[in-house]
Amino acid sequence: MKPTLDINLAGIRMKNPVMVASGTFGYGPEYADLVDLNKLGAIVVKGISLEPWGGNRTPRMVEVSGGLINAIGLQNPGVKGFTEKYMPFLRQYDVAVIVNIWGKTQDEYAEVAARFDGVEGVHALEINISCPNVKAGGSSFGTNLESTAKVVAAVRARTKLPIIPKLAPNVSDIGAFAKVCVDNGADALSLINSFPAMAIDIETRRPILANVSGGLSGPAIHPIAVKLVYEAAKAVKVPLIALGGITSAKEAIEFMIAGASAVAVGTANFTEPLTALNVISGLSDYLDRHNMNSVQELVRSIRI
Amino acid sequence: MRIEIGTVVGHDPMGPDYRVLTLKLPGVAPVAKPGQFVHLRIAQLHDAVLRRPFSIYRVDGNHLSILYKTVGRGTAAMQNLRLNDPVSVVGPLGNGFPTDVANAFTPVLVAGGYGVAPLYFLARQMTCRGILFVGGAKAVDILLADDFRALGWEVQVATDDGSLGVKGLVTVALDAWLQLNAKQSPPEFFACGPNGMLKAVGDRAIRGNWKAWLSLDRHMGCGVGACLACVQKVRLNGQETLARVCKDGPIFEARDVIWED
Repeated sequence: MKPTLDINLAGIRMKNPVMVASGTFGYGPEYADLVDLNKLGAIVVKGISLEPWGGNRTPRMVEVSGGLINAIGLQNPGVKGFTEKYMPFLRQYDVAVIVNIWGKTQDEYAEVAARFDGVEGVHALEINISCPNVKAGGSSFGTNLESTAKVVAAVRARTKLPIIPKLAPNVSDIGAFAKVCVDNGADALSLINSFPAMAIDIETRRPILANVSGGLSGPAIHPIAVKLVYEAAKAVKVPLIALGGITSAKEAIEFMIAGASAVAVGTANFTEPLTALNVISGLSDYLDRHNMNSVQELVRSIRI
Repeated sequence: MRIEIGTVVGHDPMGPDYRVLTLKLPGVAPVAKPGQFVHLRIAQLHDAVLRRPFSIYRVDGNHLSILYKTVGRGTAAMQNLRLNDPVSVVGPLGNGFPTDVANAFTPVLVAGGYGVAPLYFLARQMTCRGILFVGGAKAVDILLADDFRALGWEVQVATDDGSLGVKGLVTVALDAWLQLNAKQSPPEFFACGPNGMLKAVGDRAIRGNWKAWLSLDRHMGCGVGACLACVQKVRLNGQETLARVCKDGPIFEARDVIWED
């Protein structure tokens, strides 16, 4: 008998625990010719704000050893633009849709959340309190316990959808941030966002990115993310969605052993668009090989 | 657009600095149009997370060729590709050049360096003939001139050091031609090369009230319009907006492009 991969993550039903991460998969149509969206556990769409937002100047991305640094700056069509342009497309598929939301102020976060309540086809909200690339919003909230608490509580007050704060990696005690999110109403947590990082052109001595710095993602950050997931799993009981440097089933399985109930493939979508599908089949093979009937047996199964 | 594992069926130098890589791609090659590009995964570059975009130089049945110069670690690693090696390809990507030019107009292709590659694919698909202006640093950077002549195209060359053709920028040769010919055979431009050259061609088109199709190059991430790394400010229905060079381009009409750099 094939092991079962389906999960119920904080009320979000998914046919497997493998999602595609916000900012790396557009809004769905971009990859639909290459990847059967019906096979994914969930799609986390690129961050949406109240009004359309233009993002940063170019260059916005640079490849570095084992990863890339991006400073896109959360360019997006706004709640209305996204809902009208992309939700009809996404509703055609049998896949959980998680909308990543952000705001420049606490009120904006709450307002965006409220606007998505009752939008057909939206299964949950991921709260981006950890983008390293915008001056207002993003990690200015997620690296401070008090503002993290306030944003999560404000969003909680305005939506019935499951809410999933996405944590910043650059904090001294990830467990404390996980806890404060849960105490203020988070149903699950995503961890982690990209790491603040920078690359310099040594000939011109100028930063390569127009934004000067950006966020590092890709295989380079995976072991750091595993440790953060492990720490967060010790601090809270809610389901964790782990991301950071997954390129194959191996990294996904590591995350789940460390404490994640689900995983998200990010940067690897650019390298190999079929990565998420390969992770799903690799995960199934692994469970089979280890005589596990369900993927849930893997979650938090670390032996210390 | 599809993802396909191609096989290397040719990998040959073109002069001292350039190479032609030919892949057997029965899914991608037959549907590729001039101006579109392919996104290659360079397996030899183990820690790379981004694919590398290349415009299409030629298509012959199931074979698709790109023309490249070693400019970074990706293209350096590509040099090690051998016959029969597999290469993962996503493509064809982006929108191509229009291939029809109204009768009254002369297709005028303007290329900087190996930007000539997609214009050769275009010239092979066009039913009419025209003129190619190609510029480069020195004589060895002028590629395919004889191939264009063999197709019946006129070719004018400019080099920075004067080692081939006129000395100076390609626009020197272009301006001289326009002065003599633009009245009786108005041009429609198709250009691929550095931004300065594209802008110069676009400026001439706007001044002369002609069309110019420019192939833009921006550092790309995903290649399919998802990551928003390669955006370009454009004018769309009178509104300023950000276009994705990979998905909404890479070909833009000169009037739509808002140059900032």
